[in-house]
Amino acid sequence: MLQAKNKTGLVFFPAFDWAISPTHPEREERLLYTQDQVFEEGLLDIDGIVEFKPDLVTIKDVQRVHFCLPDPWAVMTESHFISAGGAKTIGMAVMEGKVDRGFALVRPPGHHANRVVHGARGFCNVNIEAIMIEYLRRAYGVDRIAIVDTDCHHGDGTQDIYWHDPDTLFISIHQDGRTLYPGSGFLNEIGGPNAVGATINIPLPPHTSDEGILYTIKEVVMPILADFKPELIINSAGQDNHYSDPITNMNFSARGYAELTRMLQADIAVLEGGYSIEGALPYVNTGIILAMAGLDFHNLAEPNYDPERYRQNLSTTNYIEQTGMRVLKAWQERLKLKKLIREEPECGQRTRRIYYDTDNIYETQSETVRICDDCGGALRIESASDSKGSILAVHIPRKACKACKEQAYQWYESAEHSQFKQIFLQDRPEDNFLEKKKNA
Amino acid sequence: MIIGLDVGGTHTDAVLISHSGIEKEVKVPTDEGHLFETVLSGIEAVTAGVDPKGIRRAVLSTTLAANIVVQQKLPPVGMIVAGGPGLDPAEFRVGDHYVVVKGALDHRGREIEALAEDQVEAAIEGFKKGGVRFVGVATKFSVHNPDHEKRMAEILAPHFERVFLGHQLSGNLNFPRRIATTYLNAAVYPIHRDFFEAVKKSLAQKGLDVPLRILKPDGGNMSFDSSFDDPAQTILSGPSASVMGALAYAPRSGATLVLDIGGTTTDMAVLIDGVPLLAPQGIEIGPFKTLIRALQTHSIGVGGDSTIHLEDGRLTVGPDRTGRAMVYGGSAPTPTDAFCVLGLINGGDRDRSVQGLTPIAQKLGLSLENAAVAIFDQACRQIMAGAKEMMARINSKPVYTVHELWEGSEIKPRHMMVLGAPAPQFAEKLRTMFDGNVTVVPHWHVANALGCALARTTSEVTLFADTAEQVAVAAGEHFSRDIPTDFNLENAQELALQLLRDKALRRGANPEHLELEVTEAYQFNMIRGFHTIGKNIRVRAQIKPGLIEGYDPVGGKLRREDL
Repeated sequence: MLQAKNKTGLVFFPAFDWAISPTHPEREERLLYTQDQVFEEGLLDIDGIVEFKPDLVTIKDVQRVHFCLPDPWAVMTESHFISAGGAKTIGMAVMEGKVDRGFALVRPPGHHANRVVHGARGFCNVNIEAIMIEYLRRAYGVDRIAIVDTDCHHGDGTQDIYWHDPDTLFISIHQDGRTLYPGSGFLNEIGGPNAVGATINIPLPPHTSDEGILYTIKEVVMPILADFKPELIINSAGQDNHYSDPITNMNFSARGYAELTRMLQADIAVLEGGYSIEGALPYVNTGIILAMAGLDFHNLAEPNYDPERYRQNLSTTNYIEQTGMRVLKAWQERLKLKKLIREEPECGQRTRRIYYDTDNIYETQSETVRICDDCGGALRIESASDSKGSILAVHIPRKACKACKEQAYQWYESAEHSQFKQIFLQDRPEDNFLEKKKNA
Repeated sequence: MIIGLDVGGTHTDAVLISHSGIEKEVKVPTDEGHLFETVLSGIEAVTAGVDPKGIRRAVLSTTLAANIVVQQKLPPVGMIVAGGPGLDPAEFRVGDHYVVVKGALDHRGREIEALAEDQVEAAIEGFKKGGVRFVGVATKFSVHNPDHEKRMAEILAPHFERVFLGHQLSGNLNFPRRIATTYLNAAVYPIHRDFFEAVKKSLAQKGLDVPLRILKPDGGNMSFDSSFDDPAQTILSGPSASVMGALAYAPRSGATLVLDIGGTTTDMAVLIDGVPLLAPQGIEIGPFKTLIRALQTHSIGVGGDSTIHLEDGRLTVGPDRTGRAMVYGGSAPTPTDAFCVLGLINGGDRDRSVQGLTPIAQKLGLSLENAAVAIFDQACRQIMAGAKEMMARINSKPVYTVHELWEGSEIKPRHMMVLGAPAPQFAEKLRTMFDGNVTVVPHWHVANALGCALARTTSEVTLFADTAEQVAVAAGEHFSRDIPTDFNLENAQELALQLLRDKALRRGANPEHLELEVTEAYQFNMIRGFHTIGKNIRVRAQIKPGLIEGYDPVGGKLRREDL
């Protein structure tokens, strides 16, 4: 009889009746063959693998992370409440000791969703990992968390949300942004002035295979995790590094994904992208489940998989090793880098244009963070989109110091509706979300 | 007239129902070692003095197959499996003659590795040496493409008495369960065949040459002939007999909890709008998880003869049973003894019950009567806790569409039906603990046998259609057909219902009263690149478990000329 070595929770929610549009990669069919494979392998019958029904997230859960414009109902469908809810269910099961580890095999994904949400970008509306994480922090008092994003696309939404948070280590491994959406995630993106080094990007060249990705996990990610000592490790488990993925250019295999999962030992994995719905997802998901449960996966392989055909060349290997060294160096020198960044004038400010490819929206954002050594820093974001006008979003971080709280309230209270269409305050210490009334 | 007979662990119950209601009801002791004699004596007793010409059929539920599985008395069976990549099929070994061969299909049923026919042939000799007469074959994804299983069966058929093919036993996806199910069918087959042929012969000799039907764990029956194709479908039919017995009197709407309180256990099930809820997968028995369709039931070790324990001042009932209640000569006190002390049952030796309960009463510092009440309360509390646990399990069943998750509401039973020997006593107490109606099922002591007699023939069909591959497969029905590219969900539903009708008739259903329904119908556009290459369609249809047409539940009588 098969017996899982780690009691593993699974939320499987394929949303068989939800699609962005009929021919969109994020459509009803996406997890159909994964379901067939998982059911046919009998994974849910294995002693120690437990399936949970997803909960729904609440508006409060969403507003703990996001500023949705004009409100959460406008940017979320039922399916988003369920997929974020599925992640939350797994997180709760892990925190309450019902399972040792868990995997939320849900859709739609979330890692391209920023703190401010005007609509969908990169097939994502709300950030399902962040919603889960902030719930777990609130409910169970977890503090230090590491997110390892192994989707082929840079997890720019998650990066945006945790850019100023020194207690959340965000590591994204992805295909080089010069060759793939969203075109970000370069080595020099290392976090805001209050959280320098807590964001780590490891761009890998196209055609990286098992060897390169597993090298990066083993030699770069694992030592950094050991240094950071998180209480929880979350894996944003995108599956589009697979050699058969139609919209990326990497050469990772199902067994490679299983091996990655075994090395990483994440407490919680959440499905992100991955659109080779027949050639990759059934096998990758099976591999991740087996690896999380501590079961043998040596017999797992895609039909006709030939490792020789997807082997990376020497120059790719060299390039990856150099990238890894630079990442490690930056991590080790993060205090020095922080000092340098702080010396730059207006280091607490940035202005960006953000494109929502899925909903075709242009957002212009200017952000100011209070430079602070005691907390993540009060944050104000002015955001305007071509469709919705300008808003002010003020964020008080979870462990805000007194000065940052005062600064944030001053921003919020002094803002006027003549200037902003909507004015919000996300008060994390009080777990409150406020929108300023027009006649107040 | 119809005979219904249900073999239980302690008693075998039989009823004879006619146009004027229940003609006869009997209870005979079950002799596990001599089931054949038990069944015959039950039938003899219930038909004594009745003209056999008026009897139209006999429906039997026996513990035959379950016993040989639980007692591990299965004959040698040869199993040949092919899995390809994934979990190692060696993990799912069953029996002593288990051979894994090369050959693989992918999740859409496309061949990714040819079947190693030579490896199948090579297995024959070893099987024969091991005394194997019956074999099973199962491959991964055979319900999407049964070719490999069929080819294996062709190779093996000349050498063995019978070959069971995994894809013909269930349309559900689950390779390990398919292996176990195929194995159990092959293993149970010879015993099932010998037993029922002997029963049929003996009945014929007594002038009772009536069609036999056999109850299944899904609350439906199948004909004698078709049972040889699915002999494992006779395993664990007992709980469904009771549920079907309650069904006749169940409310037509809302959720109802059915409790069958026996000597050793309480078996629970749920009816939704008068239809029993089916388990999501299949029965589990001994080490085997199967694809054998069954009602969702939950069993706890609390019954009239459960042993009472008192530890550190805490009273608990069961889950063990030492024997009969003390009142009837047993050695340990039971809830039945508590009933006796409270004057809720007559007969037996009350002094022995008093003797059994006295030390408990003393330790609890209660009067004898109050101790009996405490025992009774505790037994009922445990039953309620079991019911709560089952409802939690049912309500946490995962769903896979936004619609189901969003619209699905929690099932909360508002009605409770109790049957089994101590039903009236328990119902009285449960009424004070349950938020809703509590009723005792009429004929509670033989309602299970009545359930056998009245259950209709059930069947289910699963159809996969792939318009890119241009093929529709209902593996369980030996059906595979080329389809045009414009084949759609509606066509698939029609086809599934047609296949279901054929299957139901083969199993002995009444063609005039087929209650066919589609339970699942999905259609997925298959997009490759930016083009729709076809549709992937899945349809499931069933005859839901229920009572035969022509039974009048109000009068409790049959009202059909041909019955």
